[in-house]
Amino acid sequence: MKRSSEKTNQPIAPIDEPKRDFLKLILSGGFVAWAASVVYPVLMYLKPPHQAEVVVSTVKAGKLSELEKDSGKIIKFGTKPVILIRTGTGEVRAFSATCTHLDCTVQYKKDLGLIWCACHNGRYDLNGRNVAGPPPRPLNEYKVVVQGDEIAVHKV
Amino acid sequence: MKSLWKRGYEWIGERVQLDELIEFMGKKYVPVHRHSIWYYFGGVSLFLFIIQVVTGILLLMYYKSGEELAFESIQFIMSKVQFGWLIRSVHSWAANLFVLAAMIHMFSVFFERSYRKPREMTWVTGMFMFFLALGFGFSGYLLPWNELAYFATKVGTDIAGVVPGVGKTIMEFLRGGEEVTGATLSRFFGLHVAVLPGIFTVFLSIHLVLVQLQGMTHPMEHEGGPRYEVKKMPFFPNFVLRDLLLWLIVLNVIAILAVFFPWELGRKADPFAPAPAGIRPEWYFLFMFQTLKYIPAQVWFIDGEVLGIMLFGVGGLLWLLVPFWDQKSSRGEKNRLINYVGLGVVGYIIALSILGWTA
Repeated sequence: MKRSSEKTNQPIAPIDEPKRDFLKLILSGGFVAWAASVVYPVLMYLKPPHQAEVVVSTVKAGKLSELEKDSGKIIKFGTKPVILIRTGTGEVRAFSATCTHLDCTVQYKKDLGLIWCACHNGRYDLNGRNVAGPPPRPLNEYKVVVQGDEIAVHKV
Repeated sequence: MKSLWKRGYEWIGERVQLDELIEFMGKKYVPVHRHSIWYYFGGVSLFLFIIQVVTGILLLMYYKSGEELAFESIQFIMSKVQFGWLIRSVHSWAANLFVLAAMIHMFSVFFERSYRKPREMTWVTGMFMFFLALGFGFSGYLLPWNELAYFATKVGTDIAGVVPGVGKTIMEFLRGGEEVTGATLSRFFGLHVAVLPGIFTVFLSIHLVLVQLQGMTHPMEHEGGPRYEVKKMPFFPNFVLRDLLLWLIVLNVIAILAVFFPWELGRKADPFAPAPAGIRPEWYFLFMFQTLKYIPAQVWFIDGEVLGIMLFGVGGLLWLLVPFWDQKSSRGEKNRLINYVGLGVVGYIIALSILGWTA
Protein backbone atom coordinates (compact mmCIF):
# COMPACT_ATOMS: atom_id res chain seq x y z
CA MET A 1 0.00 0.00 0.00
CA LYS A 2 2.70 2.41 1.02
CA ARG A 3 4.66 1.86 -2.11
CA SER A 4 1.75 2.39 -4.45
CA SER A 5 0.76 5.68 -2.75
CA GLU A 6 4.34 6.88 -3.12
CA LYS A 7 4.29 5.99 -6.77
CA THR A 8 1.05 7.76 -7.63
CA ASN A 9 1.46 10.50 -5.06
CA GLN A 10 -2.15 10.31 -4.01
CA PRO A 11 -3.36 10.59 -0.41
CA ILE A 12 -5.61 7.52 -0.67
CA ALA A 13 -3.97 4.57 -2.27
CA PRO A 14 -5.99 3.02 -5.11
CA ILE A 15 -6.64 -0.68 -4.84
CA ASP A 16 -3.87 -2.61 -6.41
CA GLU A 17 -5.91 -5.29 -8.19
CA PRO A 18 -3.14 -7.70 -9.16
CA LYS A 19 -1.75 -7.53 -5.64
CA ARG A 20 -5.17 -8.15 -4.16
CA ASP A 21 -5.74 -11.08 -6.50
CA PHE A 22 -2.39 -12.46 -5.43
CA LEU A 23 -3.35 -12.17 -1.76
CA LYS A 24 -6.71 -13.82 -2.45
CA LEU A 25 -4.95 -16.66 -4.20
CA ILE A 26 -2.51 -17.13 -1.34
CA LEU A 27 -5.25 -17.00 1.27
CA SER A 28 -7.76 -19.20 -0.50
CA GLY A 29 -5.04 -21.57 -1.62
CA GLY A 30 -3.79 -21.71 1.94
CA PHE A 31 -7.28 -22.42 3.16
CA VAL A 32 -7.79 -25.22 0.66
CA ALA A 33 -4.43 -26.73 1.60
CA TRP A 34 -5.32 -26.47 5.26
CA ALA A 35 -8.73 -28.07 4.69
CA ALA A 36 -7.15 -30.86 2.68
CA SER A 37 -4.61 -31.51 5.43
CA VAL A 38 -7.50 -31.91 7.86
CA VAL A 39 -9.74 -34.03 5.62
CA TYR A 40 -7.02 -36.28 4.18
CA PRO A 41 -6.05 -38.03 7.44
CA VAL A 42 -9.73 -38.51 8.29
CA LEU A 43 -10.47 -40.13 4.93
CA MET A 44 -7.39 -42.32 5.18
CA TYR A 45 -8.38 -43.27 8.71
CA LEU A 46 -11.77 -44.43 7.43
CA LYS A 47 -10.19 -46.56 4.70
CA PRO A 48 -9.89 -50.01 6.25
CA PRO A 49 -6.31 -51.30 6.32
CA HIS A 50 -5.60 -54.40 4.28
CA GLN A 51 -4.84 -57.19 6.64
CA ALA A 52 -2.61 -59.96 5.50
CA GLU A 53 -4.77 -63.01 4.96
CA VAL A 54 -3.47 -66.48 5.40
CA VAL A 55 -3.27 -67.78 1.88
CA VAL A 56 -5.11 -71.06 1.71
CA SER A 57 -4.66 -73.27 -1.29
CA THR A 58 -5.96 -76.61 -0.03
CA VAL A 59 -8.41 -77.66 2.65
CA LYS A 60 -9.58 -81.02 3.86
CA ALA A 61 -13.30 -81.25 3.34
CA GLY A 62 -14.31 -84.31 5.35
CA LYS A 63 -14.99 -87.87 4.48
CA LEU A 64 -16.58 -89.07 1.27
CA SER A 65 -18.66 -91.62 3.16
CA GLU A 66 -20.23 -88.81 5.19
CA LEU A 67 -21.31 -86.87 2.11
CA GLU A 68 -24.45 -88.42 0.74
CA LYS A 69 -25.16 -88.66 -2.96
CA ASP A 70 -27.37 -85.84 -4.26
CA SER A 71 -26.43 -83.45 -1.46
CA GLY A 72 -24.22 -80.45 -0.75
CA LYS A 73 -22.57 -78.65 2.11
CA ILE A 74 -20.68 -75.46 2.80
CA ILE A 75 -17.06 -75.75 3.88
CA LYS A 76 -14.63 -73.10 5.09
CA PHE A 77 -11.94 -72.28 2.57
CA GLY A 78 -9.86 -69.82 4.55
CA THR A 79 -12.29 -66.99 5.20
CA LYS A 80 -14.47 -67.82 2.21
CA PRO A 81 -17.33 -70.28 1.93
CA VAL A 82 -17.06 -73.04 -0.65
CA ILE A 83 -19.91 -75.36 -1.62
CA LEU A 84 -19.10 -79.03 -1.92
CA ILE A 85 -21.56 -81.07 -3.95
CA ARG A 86 -21.95 -84.76 -4.48
CA THR A 87 -24.07 -85.40 -7.54
CA GLY A 88 -26.57 -88.18 -7.97
CA THR A 89 -23.93 -90.19 -9.83
CA GLY A 90 -21.52 -89.84 -6.92
CA GLU A 91 -19.17 -87.27 -8.45
CA VAL A 92 -17.82 -84.63 -6.04
CA ARG A 93 -17.47 -81.01 -7.18
CA ALA A 94 -16.65 -77.76 -5.43
CA PHE A 95 -17.46 -74.17 -6.28
CA SER A 96 -17.18 -70.83 -4.60
CA ALA A 97 -20.37 -70.49 -2.52
CA THR A 98 -20.52 -66.74 -2.99
CA CYS A 99 -23.27 -65.84 -5.44
CA THR A 100 -21.92 -63.75 -8.30
CA HIS A 101 -24.98 -61.53 -8.18
CA LEU A 102 -24.94 -59.79 -4.81
CA ASP A 103 -22.67 -61.78 -2.56
CA CYS A 104 -25.14 -64.08 -0.76
CA THR A 105 -24.15 -67.65 0.07
CA VAL A 106 -25.65 -70.30 -2.22
CA GLN A 107 -26.97 -73.75 -1.30
CA TYR A 108 -27.63 -77.11 -2.95
CA LYS A 109 -31.29 -77.42 -3.84
CA LYS A 110 -32.14 -81.09 -3.92
CA ASP A 111 -35.60 -80.88 -5.52
CA LEU A 112 -34.23 -78.87 -8.44
CA GLY A 113 -30.88 -80.61 -8.64
CA LEU A 114 -29.32 -77.18 -8.85
CA ILE A 115 -27.25 -74.71 -6.88
CA TRP A 116 -29.62 -72.04 -5.66
CA CYS A 117 -29.29 -68.62 -4.07
CA ALA A 118 -32.15 -67.77 -1.71
CA CYS A 119 -31.59 -64.02 -1.86
CA HIS A 120 -32.71 -63.28 -5.42
CA ASN A 121 -33.59 -66.72 -6.78
CA GLY A 122 -30.38 -67.13 -8.77
CA ARG A 123 -29.71 -70.62 -10.14
CA TYR A 124 -26.57 -72.45 -11.25
CA ASP A 125 -26.27 -75.90 -12.71
CA LEU A 126 -23.97 -78.50 -11.19
CA ASN A 127 -21.11 -77.21 -13.32
CA GLY A 128 -21.48 -73.82 -11.61
CA ARG A 129 -22.92 -72.16 -14.71
CA ASN A 130 -25.48 -69.44 -14.08
CA VAL A 131 -28.62 -70.82 -15.74
CA ALA A 132 -31.47 -68.67 -14.41
CA GLY A 133 -32.17 -65.53 -12.43
CA PRO A 134 -29.95 -62.50 -12.01
CA PRO A 135 -26.42 -63.95 -11.52
CA PRO A 136 -24.15 -62.47 -14.20
CA ARG A 137 -21.28 -64.98 -14.03
CA PRO A 138 -20.71 -68.65 -13.23
CA LEU A 139 -19.38 -69.71 -9.83
CA ASN A 140 -15.62 -70.22 -9.61
CA GLU A 141 -14.73 -73.86 -9.63
CA TYR A 142 -12.39 -75.54 -7.16
CA LYS A 143 -10.52 -78.75 -7.81
CA VAL A 144 -11.64 -81.76 -5.82
CA VAL A 145 -9.31 -84.66 -5.11
CA VAL A 146 -10.67 -87.79 -3.46
CA GLN A 147 -8.05 -90.07 -1.92
CA GLY A 148 -9.59 -93.11 -0.40
CA ASP A 149 -12.28 -91.67 1.85
CA GLU A 150 -10.71 -88.20 2.22
CA ILE A 151 -11.93 -85.25 0.19
CA ALA A 152 -9.50 -82.40 -0.43
CA VAL A 153 -10.38 -79.15 -2.17
CA HIS A 154 -7.74 -77.13 -4.04
CA LYS A 155 -7.83 -73.66 -5.40
CA VAL A 156 -7.47 -73.77 -9.18
CA MET B 1 -48.35 -23.96 42.71
CA LYS B 2 -49.74 -21.53 40.20
CA SER B 3 -47.75 -18.66 41.64
CA LEU B 4 -44.63 -20.77 41.36
CA TRP B 5 -45.33 -21.31 37.66
CA LYS B 6 -46.02 -17.65 37.24
CA ARG B 7 -42.88 -16.63 39.09
CA GLY B 8 -40.81 -18.99 37.00
CA TYR B 9 -42.37 -17.63 33.82
CA GLU B 10 -41.70 -14.06 34.91
CA TRP B 11 -38.13 -14.88 35.89
CA ILE B 12 -37.43 -16.25 32.41
CA GLY B 13 -39.56 -13.51 30.82
CA GLU B 14 -37.36 -10.82 32.34
CA ARG B 15 -34.37 -12.32 30.58
CA VAL B 16 -35.85 -13.71 27.35
CA GLN B 17 -38.79 -12.31 25.42
CA LEU B 18 -41.18 -15.17 26.11
CA ASP B 19 -44.27 -13.09 25.36
CA GLU B 20 -43.19 -12.66 21.77
CA LEU B 21 -42.88 -16.39 21.33
CA ILE B 22 -46.31 -17.01 22.84
CA GLU B 23 -47.76 -14.29 20.65
CA PHE B 24 -46.12 -15.78 17.58
CA MET B 25 -47.49 -19.22 18.37
CA GLY B 26 -50.92 -17.75 19.06
CA LYS B 27 -50.95 -16.05 15.68
CA LYS B 28 -50.14 -19.23 13.86
CA TYR B 29 -53.17 -20.97 12.38
CA VAL B 30 -53.71 -24.36 10.86
CA PRO B 31 -56.20 -24.43 7.99
CA VAL B 32 -59.18 -26.71 8.51
CA HIS B 33 -60.42 -28.53 5.42
CA ARG B 34 -61.08 -32.03 4.15
CA HIS B 35 -57.37 -32.79 3.73
CA SER B 36 -56.42 -31.55 7.21
CA ILE B 37 -55.76 -35.06 8.47
CA TRP B 38 -52.47 -35.16 6.53
CA TYR B 39 -51.08 -32.34 8.65
CA TYR B 40 -50.75 -34.80 11.55
CA PHE B 41 -48.31 -37.23 9.97
CA GLY B 42 -45.31 -34.95 10.25
CA GLY B 43 -45.97 -34.66 13.97
CA VAL B 44 -46.42 -38.42 14.29
CA SER B 45 -43.08 -38.95 12.53
CA LEU B 46 -41.46 -36.53 14.96
CA PHE B 47 -42.94 -38.37 17.91
CA LEU B 48 -41.74 -41.73 16.60
CA PHE B 49 -38.26 -40.26 16.15
CA ILE B 50 -38.32 -39.13 19.79
CA ILE B 51 -39.32 -42.66 20.83
CA GLN B 52 -36.38 -43.99 18.82
CA VAL B 53 -33.96 -41.65 20.55
CA VAL B 54 -35.22 -42.59 24.01
CA THR B 55 -35.41 -46.37 23.47
CA GLY B 56 -32.15 -46.26 21.51
CA ILE B 57 -30.34 -44.67 24.45
CA LEU B 58 -31.87 -47.29 26.76
CA LEU B 59 -30.65 -50.12 24.51
CA LEU B 60 -27.18 -48.59 24.50
CA MET B 61 -26.92 -49.30 28.21
CA TYR B 62 -26.67 -53.05 27.52
CA TYR B 63 -25.89 -53.49 23.84
CA LYS B 64 -22.39 -54.64 22.93
CA SER B 65 -21.04 -54.40 19.42
CA GLY B 66 -18.87 -57.20 18.06
CA GLU B 67 -19.20 -60.52 16.27
CA GLU B 68 -19.14 -62.54 19.49
CA LEU B 69 -21.07 -60.05 21.61
CA ALA B 70 -23.85 -58.38 19.64
CA PHE B 71 -26.28 -61.26 19.27
CA GLU B 72 -25.64 -62.43 22.83
CA SER B 73 -26.15 -58.94 24.26
CA ILE B 74 -29.56 -58.64 22.58
CA GLN B 75 -30.44 -62.09 23.91
CA PHE B 76 -29.41 -60.80 27.33
CA ILE B 77 -31.53 -57.66 26.93
CA MET B 78 -34.54 -59.71 25.90
CA SER B 79 -34.29 -62.45 28.51
CA LYS B 80 -32.49 -61.07 31.56
CA VAL B 81 -32.93 -57.30 31.69
CA GLN B 82 -36.22 -56.25 33.26
CA PHE B 83 -38.50 -54.97 30.50
CA GLY B 84 -35.64 -55.40 28.07
CA TRP B 85 -37.95 -57.32 25.71
CA LEU B 86 -40.31 -54.34 25.80
CA ILE B 87 -37.70 -51.69 25.07
CA ARG B 88 -36.21 -53.69 22.22
CA SER B 89 -39.60 -54.50 20.71
CA VAL B 90 -40.71 -50.89 20.97
CA HIS B 91 -37.50 -49.78 19.24
CA SER B 92 -38.06 -52.22 16.38
CA TRP B 93 -41.75 -51.51 15.99
CA ALA B 94 -41.38 -47.74 16.26
CA ALA B 95 -38.59 -47.88 13.67
CA ASN B 96 -40.97 -49.47 11.17
CA LEU B 97 -43.84 -47.18 12.02
CA PHE B 98 -41.46 -44.23 11.73
CA VAL B 99 -40.63 -45.13 8.14
CA LEU B 100 -44.34 -45.69 7.46
CA ALA B 101 -45.40 -42.35 8.99
CA ALA B 102 -42.61 -40.53 7.17
CA MET B 103 -43.73 -42.17 3.90
CA ILE B 104 -47.35 -41.12 4.42
CA HIS B 105 -46.18 -37.63 5.31
CA MET B 106 -44.00 -37.50 2.20
CA PHE B 107 -46.68 -38.74 -0.21
CA SER B 108 -49.35 -36.45 1.25
CA VAL B 109 -47.02 -33.47 0.83
CA PHE B 110 -46.30 -34.65 -2.71
CA PHE B 111 -49.94 -34.99 -3.73
CA GLU B 112 -50.90 -31.69 -2.07
CA ARG B 113 -47.96 -30.03 -3.85
CA SER B 114 -46.99 -28.50 -0.52
CA TYR B 115 -43.38 -28.50 -1.72
CA ARG B 116 -44.13 -25.63 -4.10
CA LYS B 117 -42.55 -22.24 -3.65
CA PRO B 118 -41.69 -21.04 -0.99
CA ARG B 119 -41.35 -24.45 0.72
CA GLU B 120 -38.72 -26.10 -1.49
CA MET B 121 -36.22 -26.21 1.37
CA THR B 122 -38.72 -27.86 3.68
CA TRP B 123 -39.25 -30.60 1.09
CA VAL B 124 -35.55 -31.10 0.47
CA THR B 125 -34.66 -31.27 4.18
CA GLY B 126 -37.57 -33.68 4.65
CA MET B 127 -36.31 -35.88 1.83
CA PHE B 128 -32.80 -35.90 3.31
CA MET B 129 -34.35 -37.02 6.60
CA PHE B 130 -36.21 -39.76 4.76
CA PHE B 131 -33.00 -41.05 3.17
CA LEU B 132 -31.36 -40.89 6.60
CA ALA B 133 -34.31 -42.83 8.03
CA LEU B 134 -33.64 -45.58 5.47
CA GLY B 135 -29.99 -45.45 6.56
CA PHE B 136 -31.08 -45.80 10.18
CA GLY B 137 -33.19 -48.80 9.21
CA PHE B 138 -30.43 -50.44 7.21
CA SER B 139 -27.67 -49.89 9.80
CA GLY B 140 -29.88 -50.77 12.76
CA TYR B 141 -30.98 -53.99 11.10
CA LEU B 142 -27.44 -55.40 11.28
CA LEU B 143 -26.82 -54.62 14.95
CA PRO B 144 -28.42 -57.84 16.35
CA TRP B 145 -25.99 -59.76 14.08
CA ASN B 146 -28.52 -62.38 13.05
CA GLU B 147 -28.70 -64.45 9.90
CA LEU B 148 -31.19 -62.25 8.06
CA ALA B 149 -29.33 -59.08 8.92
CA TYR B 150 -26.02 -60.60 7.84
CA PHE B 151 -27.21 -61.41 4.33
CA ALA B 152 -29.25 -58.21 4.03
CA THR B 153 -26.08 -56.28 4.77
CA LYS B 154 -24.03 -58.35 2.33
CA VAL B 155 -26.54 -57.64 -0.42
CA GLY B 156 -27.06 -54.00 0.50
CA THR B 157 -23.38 -53.13 0.65
CA ASP B 158 -22.67 -55.16 -2.48
CA ILE B 159 -25.25 -53.06 -4.28
CA ALA B 160 -23.28 -49.98 -3.29
CA GLY B 161 -20.27 -51.78 -4.72
CA VAL B 162 -21.67 -51.95 -8.25
CA VAL B 163 -21.85 -48.17 -8.63
CA PRO B 164 -19.44 -47.51 -11.50
CA GLY B 165 -16.10 -46.01 -10.49
CA VAL B 166 -16.37 -45.28 -6.79
CA GLY B 167 -18.47 -48.34 -5.91
CA LYS B 168 -15.72 -50.53 -4.54
CA THR B 169 -14.35 -47.76 -2.34
CA ILE B 170 -17.82 -47.06 -0.94
CA MET B 171 -18.36 -50.76 -0.31
CA GLU B 172 -15.08 -51.13 1.55
CA PHE B 173 -15.79 -47.96 3.49
CA LEU B 174 -19.18 -49.35 4.54
CA ARG B 175 -17.93 -52.84 5.30
CA GLY B 176 -14.71 -51.80 6.97
CA GLY B 177 -12.95 -54.30 4.73
CA GLU B 178 -13.72 -56.54 1.81
CA GLU B 179 -16.23 -58.75 3.61
CA VAL B 180 -19.10 -58.23 6.04
CA THR B 181 -17.43 -58.93 9.39
CA GLY B 182 -17.27 -57.57 12.93
CA ALA B 183 -15.60 -54.50 11.40
CA THR B 184 -18.82 -53.84 9.48
CA LEU B 185 -20.80 -54.20 12.68
CA SER B 186 -18.61 -51.62 14.43
CA ARG B 187 -19.03 -49.17 11.57
CA PHE B 188 -22.78 -49.62 11.36
CA PHE B 189 -23.01 -49.22 15.10
CA GLY B 190 -21.12 -45.93 14.96
CA LEU B 191 -23.24 -44.73 12.05
CA HIS B 192 -26.47 -45.78 13.71
CA VAL B 193 -25.92 -44.23 17.13
CA ALA B 194 -23.70 -41.24 16.40
CA VAL B 195 -23.28 -40.14 12.79
CA LEU B 196 -26.85 -40.50 11.53
CA PRO B 197 -28.55 -39.02 14.63
CA GLY B 198 -26.20 -36.03 14.48
CA ILE B 199 -26.89 -35.27 10.83
CA PHE B 200 -30.58 -36.03 11.27
CA THR B 201 -30.89 -33.51 14.10
CA VAL B 202 -29.47 -30.74 11.93
CA PHE B 203 -32.01 -31.38 9.15
CA LEU B 204 -34.82 -31.83 11.65
CA SER B 205 -34.08 -28.44 13.22
CA ILE B 206 -34.07 -26.67 9.86
CA HIS B 207 -37.25 -28.50 8.84
CA LEU B 208 -39.13 -27.57 12.03
CA VAL B 209 -37.96 -23.94 12.03
CA LEU B 210 -39.13 -23.60 8.42
CA VAL B 211 -42.53 -25.11 9.24
CA GLN B 212 -42.95 -22.73 12.17
CA LEU B 213 -41.83 -19.66 10.22
CA GLN B 214 -43.84 -20.38 7.06
CA GLY B 215 -46.86 -22.04 8.61
CA MET B 216 -48.93 -24.80 7.07
CA THR B 217 -49.68 -24.83 3.36
CA HIS B 218 -53.18 -24.21 2.16
CA PRO B 219 -54.58 -26.62 -0.40
CA MET B 220 -54.06 -25.29 -3.91
CA GLU B 221 -57.77 -24.90 -4.62
CA HIS B 222 -57.95 -22.35 -1.77
CA GLU B 223 -55.28 -20.22 -3.32
CA GLY B 224 -56.42 -17.12 -5.10
CA GLY B 225 -59.85 -17.44 -3.50
CA PRO B 226 -60.90 -15.24 -0.60
CA ARG B 227 -58.98 -16.37 2.46
CA TYR B 228 -61.74 -15.61 4.96
CA GLU B 229 -63.70 -18.53 3.63
CA VAL B 230 -61.04 -20.92 4.82
CA LYS B 231 -61.72 -22.29 8.27
CA LYS B 232 -58.76 -22.43 10.58
CA MET B 233 -57.75 -23.33 14.10
CA PRO B 234 -55.01 -21.85 16.28
CA PHE B 235 -51.77 -23.86 16.25
CA PHE B 236 -51.46 -23.29 19.97
CA PRO B 237 -53.16 -24.70 21.92
CA ASN B 238 -55.82 -26.35 19.70
CA PHE B 239 -53.65 -28.10 17.11
CA VAL B 240 -50.89 -28.93 19.58
CA LEU B 241 -53.37 -30.63 21.92
CA ARG B 242 -54.79 -32.69 19.08
CA ASP B 243 -51.25 -33.60 18.10
CA LEU B 244 -50.54 -34.73 21.65
CA LEU B 245 -53.69 -36.83 21.79
CA LEU B 246 -52.67 -38.58 18.59
CA TRP B 247 -49.17 -39.16 20.00
CA LEU B 248 -50.75 -40.83 22.99
CA ILE B 249 -52.73 -43.11 20.68
CA VAL B 250 -49.60 -43.94 18.67
CA LEU B 251 -47.72 -44.82 21.85
CA ASN B 252 -50.54 -47.14 22.88
CA VAL B 253 -50.55 -48.82 19.48
CA ILE B 254 -46.80 -49.40 19.75
CA ALA B 255 -47.20 -50.82 23.25
CA ILE B 256 -49.86 -53.25 22.02
CA LEU B 257 -47.73 -54.30 19.04
CA ALA B 258 -44.64 -54.74 21.21
CA VAL B 259 -46.46 -56.85 23.78
CA PHE B 260 -48.51 -59.05 21.46
CA PHE B 261 -46.12 -59.22 18.52
CA PRO B 262 -42.66 -59.10 20.09
CA TRP B 263 -39.83 -58.61 17.62
CA GLU B 264 -37.96 -61.83 16.91
CA LEU B 265 -34.23 -62.15 17.19
CA GLY B 266 -33.78 -65.05 14.78
CA ARG B 267 -30.60 -67.11 14.51
CA LYS B 268 -27.10 -65.84 14.98
CA ALA B 269 -25.26 -64.92 11.80
CA ASP B 270 -22.99 -67.63 10.45
CA PRO B 271 -20.76 -66.63 7.54
CA PHE B 272 -20.50 -70.31 6.55
CA ALA B 273 -24.20 -71.06 6.29
CA PRO B 274 -26.18 -70.58 3.09
CA ALA B 275 -28.68 -67.75 2.87
CA PRO B 276 -31.93 -69.10 4.34
CA ALA B 277 -34.87 -69.70 2.01
CA GLY B 278 -37.51 -66.99 2.15
CA ILE B 279 -34.95 -64.31 3.02
CA ARG B 280 -36.17 -60.81 2.36
CA PRO B 281 -35.33 -57.32 3.53
CA GLU B 282 -37.45 -55.00 5.65
CA TRP B 283 -40.72 -54.12 3.96
CA TYR B 284 -39.59 -50.65 2.90
CA PHE B 285 -36.76 -52.10 0.81
CA LEU B 286 -38.95 -54.87 -0.57
CA PHE B 287 -39.96 -53.16 -3.82
CA MET B 288 -36.33 -52.53 -4.75
CA PHE B 289 -35.38 -56.06 -3.74
CA GLN B 290 -38.15 -57.52 -5.89
CA THR B 291 -37.15 -55.37 -8.85
CA LEU B 292 -33.59 -56.72 -8.61
CA LYS B 293 -35.02 -60.23 -8.90
CA TYR B 294 -36.73 -59.41 -12.18
CA ILE B 295 -33.93 -57.57 -13.93
CA PRO B 296 -31.96 -60.09 -15.97
CA ALA B 297 -28.20 -60.49 -15.59
CA GLN B 298 -27.50 -58.44 -18.69
CA VAL B 299 -29.62 -55.77 -20.30
CA TRP B 300 -28.11 -54.76 -23.60
CA PHE B 301 -24.52 -54.19 -22.48
CA ILE B 302 -25.19 -53.10 -18.90
CA ASP B 303 -25.10 -55.43 -15.90
CA GLY B 304 -28.61 -55.94 -14.54
CA GLU B 305 -27.85 -54.78 -11.02
CA VAL B 306 -26.03 -51.67 -12.27
CA LEU B 307 -29.09 -50.82 -14.33
CA GLY B 308 -31.38 -51.34 -11.33
CA ILE B 309 -29.32 -49.09 -9.12
CA MET B 310 -29.04 -46.42 -11.78
CA LEU B 311 -32.82 -46.47 -12.28
CA PHE B 312 -33.53 -46.15 -8.56
CA GLY B 313 -30.81 -43.53 -8.18
CA VAL B 314 -32.21 -41.38 -10.98
CA GLY B 315 -35.77 -41.92 -9.72
CA GLY B 316 -34.81 -40.87 -6.20
CA LEU B 317 -33.02 -37.80 -7.50
CA LEU B 318 -36.02 -36.71 -9.58
CA TRP B 319 -38.26 -37.25 -6.57
CA LEU B 320 -35.94 -35.14 -4.40
CA LEU B 321 -35.93 -32.35 -6.98
CA VAL B 322 -39.68 -32.23 -7.66
CA PRO B 323 -40.11 -28.63 -6.40
CA PHE B 324 -37.63 -27.52 -9.06
CA TRP B 325 -39.04 -29.30 -12.09
CA ASP B 326 -42.67 -28.74 -11.15
CA GLN B 327 -42.78 -25.00 -11.80
CA LYS B 328 -46.46 -25.09 -12.69
CA SER B 329 -47.55 -25.77 -9.11
CA SER B 330 -45.35 -22.94 -7.86
CA ARG B 331 -47.20 -20.61 -10.20
CA GLY B 332 -50.50 -21.90 -8.80
CA GLU B 333 -51.42 -23.77 -11.97
CA LYS B 334 -52.75 -27.29 -12.07
CA ASN B 335 -50.16 -29.90 -12.94
CA ARG B 336 -51.76 -33.25 -13.60
CA LEU B 337 -48.40 -34.84 -14.32
CA ILE B 338 -47.69 -34.78 -10.57
CA ASN B 339 -50.76 -36.92 -9.91
CA TYR B 340 -49.74 -39.44 -12.57
CA VAL B 341 -46.16 -39.59 -11.31
CA GLY B 342 -47.28 -39.92 -7.68
CA LEU B 343 -49.88 -42.58 -8.41
CA GLY B 344 -47.40 -44.44 -10.61
CA VAL B 345 -44.78 -44.48 -7.84
CA VAL B 346 -47.27 -45.49 -5.13
CA GLY B 347 -48.74 -48.18 -7.39
CA TYR B 348 -45.30 -49.54 -8.29
CA ILE B 349 -44.16 -49.66 -4.67
CA ILE B 350 -47.35 -51.38 -3.49
CA ALA B 351 -47.46 -53.88 -6.37
CA LEU B 352 -43.80 -54.89 -6.12
CA SER B 353 -43.99 -55.06 -2.33
CA ILE B 354 -46.95 -57.45 -2.51
CA LEU B 355 -45.12 -59.56 -5.11
CA GLY B 356 -42.05 -59.59 -2.89
CA TRP B 357 -44.07 -60.45 0.17
CA THR B 358 -45.95 -63.34 -1.39
CA ALA B 359 -43.03 -64.71 -3.43
